[in-house]
Amino acid sequence: MSSVQSWVNDFAARHTQLPGAKLAWLAAMRQRAIERFATEGWPTTKHEDWRHTSLAPLEQVAFDTQAQPVDVEAIVRELRGDEPGCWLVFVDGRHAPALGQLGALPSGVRIGTLADALAHEADLVQQAFGSETDGGSPAALNLALASDGAFVHLAPGAVLEEPIHVVFVASGEGAAAFTRNLYVAEAGSQGNVVEHYIGRDGNISFTNTVSRVQVAADARLVHTRLQQEAPEAFHLAAIDVEQAGKSYFASHSISLGARLARHDIATRFDGTRAESLLNGVYYANGQRHVDHHTLIGHAQPNCVSHEHYRGILADRGRGVFRGRILVAPGADGTDAIQRNDSLLLSRLARNDSKPELEIYAEDVRCTHGATVGQLNEDSLFYLMARGLDEEHARNVLIYAFVLEGLARIEPEAVRRRASHAVRALTPGGHLLEELE
Amino acid sequence: MLNIKDLHASIEDKAILKGLNLHVKPGEVHAIMGPNGSGKSTLAQVLAGRDDYRVDSGEVEWLGQNLLEMPIEERARSGIFLAFQYPIEIPGVSNAYFLRAAVNAVRRHQGLEELDAMDFLKRVKEEMKVVGMREEFLYRSVNEGFSGGEKKRNEVLQMSLLEPKLAVLDETDSGLDIDALRVVADGVNRLRSPERGMIVITHYQRLLDYIVPDYVHVLAGGRIVRSGGSELAHELEKRGYGWVKELEAQQQKGAQA
Repeated sequence: MSSVQSWVNDFAARHTQLPGAKLAWLAAMRQRAIERFATEGWPTTKHEDWRHTSLAPLEQVAFDTQAQPVDVEAIVRELRGDEPGCWLVFVDGRHAPALGQLGALPSGVRIGTLADALAHEADLVQQAFGSETDGGSPAALNLALASDGAFVHLAPGAVLEEPIHVVFVASGEGAAAFTRNLYVAEAGSQGNVVEHYIGRDGNISFTNTVSRVQVAADARLVHTRLQQEAPEAFHLAAIDVEQAGKSYFASHSISLGARLARHDIATRFDGTRAESLLNGVYYANGQRHVDHHTLIGHAQPNCVSHEHYRGILADRGRGVFRGRILVAPGADGTDAIQRNDSLLLSRLARNDSKPELEIYAEDVRCTHGATVGQLNEDSLFYLMARGLDEEHARNVLIYAFVLEGLARIEPEAVRRRASHAVRALTPGGHLLEELE
Repeated sequence: MLNIKDLHASIEDKAILKGLNLHVKPGEVHAIMGPNGSGKSTLAQVLAGRDDYRVDSGEVEWLGQNLLEMPIEERARSGIFLAFQYPIEIPGVSNAYFLRAAVNAVRRHQGLEELDAMDFLKRVKEEMKVVGMREEFLYRSVNEGFSGGEKKRNEVLQMSLLEPKLAVLDETDSGLDIDALRVVADGVNRLRSPERGMIVITHYQRLLDYIVPDYVHVLAGGRIVRSGGSELAHELEKRGYGWVKELEAQQQKGAQA
């Protein structure tokens, strides 16, 4: 049986048990979504959006969305540490309330699961849910099969200072999770969401996740994704953002794990003077592969978008970046900066970078640049001539390369987590602790 | 402490050092002068262990060990300090981190306890005052955006923190105005001690007005063609490097005969 057919069968077997299955609009949309996936199948490298990223290895694995979850309490506890605040935990796509805590929330802030929201405020969900035509066929499969996800609603003016942590654990071999997260920030509200993706080394698992974000006028939302799945895992993720006038959105994509990680990040400005920051730090060693695809729709005048992606590629690791910027007619005063810089630590490592700027407006400032480089020999010599051994000197330079990207992450507690995760990638990383 | 015998070194198959001899004892300050391309900087880089240079023959004995077999960081830890002619900029690495990592690498080697952040800050701030550096330079990236003079001060700061047994100053005067030169020279003079050797490499005699050497060596064509006391620097200044060419030519004739 083909991989596509097995997912179609999976849908047939359990679509009636998915949350909100009794909602007519949702059932119909799921049906259309699975049909789209059945027709289109998995994207292939003939598809321009997937030219450098082959899903063939994913298609060869049989996954099980109904696998019995393995106990993950210890790894969740380790991840949480002693950090207080709001923690929402999903194991193999299913909510695990015992592993999380919501704590006291300020008024106007609602945090819960998608399943809960579909049961109690389906109208709110519907307008943020998106449709089966959004994104590529993997996103359509997500819509069809999503079993749960986070639902965050910030009422007008609500301000949540503490980050909301949403944890997705791939618990065992062959586990597959489809999660859909909705983050709605109403006018003037402020929030900060951190999505953690973790698993167990050695397990082949599959995560297909979509986060949909609405940032209303004058609202501010910061989204951080810490992808630290097992080195054998498959991770397909999309973030879709709609921004109203004078809103601010930031995406920090820290992608360190998975055999294959694909991140589609798209934001669209529907009002003027909106701003977005797309920031990424990625790392691939072994034969791992990390792909970031960004799309910024400058549909309105006087909006600002800054993109900074930095990658470290070791061994046969491979990075891909494609950044599309569409400046619509009339979107004058657009200010767009795009950068992708990568550091290759071996001769066989590789990074493919492709900017795509389509500009149909006058009076815009759009700049893009990409670099691919190796560790600077002069810098290494300088550090070693001061007594640092080679490993320490190399680690200092590698970490310093991505430090700029890590420094953009806010608030500090989240930045520390991200920095710690990056440092943990190299032996002797603890020596870098004070380099922040 | 340092004994260089008949050292031959090349880069990309081009011979640069062609039989250099130099003996430095603790407490001595040796100046090495010479025209551009004579091999001054090559000598400094070979001593520090830069592998772009190939040592073709000769010996370098350092504190009873074969220096040429020591890895770069071991040379530094055992007390050789090279003040770079062109200090390297390292974006993203704060000067404070860099300085402390260097100090602690040397301290570990010496069996001393590492300095914690507090003790280190106290120490580095004292030294910065002496070399005339503002505290903000601790928190900036290593040498990034520093002026020529600030970079050289940073080198002298590193030297005073690391307290080397042998300091090799590679054209530390280049690109400095007279005030900066004085500050740097004061920093170096402060470190003169009976236990410490110094090799001061310079193109101009000017620096040697401030750092008065015990010995002056004139390097030309990869060899020392004349050695003397500090008066040799003045003679060289008066007669110019044209004179050095004559000396070099005479020596070659001598060698052939």
